[in-house]
Amino acid sequence: MALAHVILGLLAGGERHGYDLKRQHDARFPLARPLPAAQVYATLDRLQRDGLVAPGAVERSGGPDRTAYGVTPAGRAELERWLDDVEGPEPFVASPLSVKVTLALLAAGDDAATGYLRRQRAAHLARMRELTRTVTDPGTSIAAVLAAGYALDHLDADLRWIDTALSRVSAYSEELRS
Amino acid sequence: MTASAAPAADVVLDARELVRNYDRTPALRGVSLAVRAGEVVAITGPSGSGKSTLLHCLAGIVRPDEGEVRWQGRRIDTQSEAQRSRLRRTEFGVLFQFGQLVPELTAAENVALPLLLAGTRRRTALGTAEGWLDRFGVAELAGKRPTEMSGGQAQRVATARALVTGPAVLFADEPTGALDTLAGEQVLVQLTRAARESGTTVLVVTHDAKVAAHADREVVLRDGLIESDDQALLGAAGARR
Repeated sequence: MALAHVILGLLAGGERHGYDLKRQHDARFPLARPLPAAQVYATLDRLQRDGLVAPGAVERSGGPDRTAYGVTPAGRAELERWLDDVEGPEPFVASPLSVKVTLALLAAGDDAATGYLRRQRAAHLARMRELTRTVTDPGTSIAAVLAAGYALDHLDADLRWIDTALSRVSAYSEELRS
Repeated sequence: MTASAAPAADVVLDARELVRNYDRTPALRGVSLAVRAGEVVAITGPSGSGKSTLLHCLAGIVRPDEGEVRWQGRRIDTQSEAQRSRLRRTEFGVLFQFGQLVPELTAAENVALPLLLAGTRRRTALGTAEGWLDRFGVAELAGKRPTEMSGGQAQRVATARALVTGPAVLFADEPTGALDTLAGEQVLVQLTRAARESGTTVLVVTHDAKVAAHADREVVLRDGLIESDDQALLGAAGARR
């Protein structure tokens, strides 16, 4: 997902200056990595160069001037095209977890693979507990509940894979040796 | 695998070297587990790992073939069925995947049932039951029978019934297994919140890591043995590390 489309989406409701966009991003996507302001300004420059945003009002309030940007008709069309697009499922599925299990079996044997899977399971469950506390706290915003729920479901999928892998370590090890 | 001689002071439930077979099939092959007061413990593992059998042994529903179960220091595995049944009515709460509500009774009567069996006056019992239904967000169901409820609503009523006597420990076997994600989440949140507020110890059997993530501790069973226990008590052996 390109940051350019995120910025176009955040500007769809009206003009905003760069730092306001960064704040909006971090508030709307609570579990996402906070956005560096410099990356916002660089992306705004590219969007302006491509005619997708245009500078609007300039805010002068003591500090340096701050230019607000708005979406152009071309920018709105690009945003609508992107929103209509379906995200393709990941074509490559070799996760670090499965790569590690294979390499642990090849390099160190069944006990190393089993030990790694158990430690990874514990780490995943610990993170799931943290996220569950977020989700179940009555004061948590819906944005944070949805973001944490998304993370929980993905960790849960990993964990189910870990459980399956744990029950197949011996068989997989035999296959690798044959 | 050896059991410790003396459990930690705050251990309320202490199982040692439990063995249980069904015909010739072993379900538990020597499980030891100590649970502290107020802990929320998830017992997980694949199908057939022995997790439900362990819960049923701990709750006094089935007797182990070998080993012992102590509740607050008292052996319960050697007690008569009548004694264990009384224990389940007075000190334990039990919740199953399907709430097992009595179909002829309303929600309020179902929740009041354990209090009525313990001799509480009907009016008082129904008043307490309605308070619990309100706490679980289903006060409007007080006069409805189970056939008029959704699965999630019925399970909330069953959870209220399991907690209405203020049990010291709640045993729950796949309590959300029959519910959709959102309904299951709501039941779990309310169950664990109510238990933590009252200091009730909870043991919940589940195959679902998202359910286990609501617990403070996870005990994983595999092939009738404890494979891992992420908060095992020092000296309370039983985890196959």
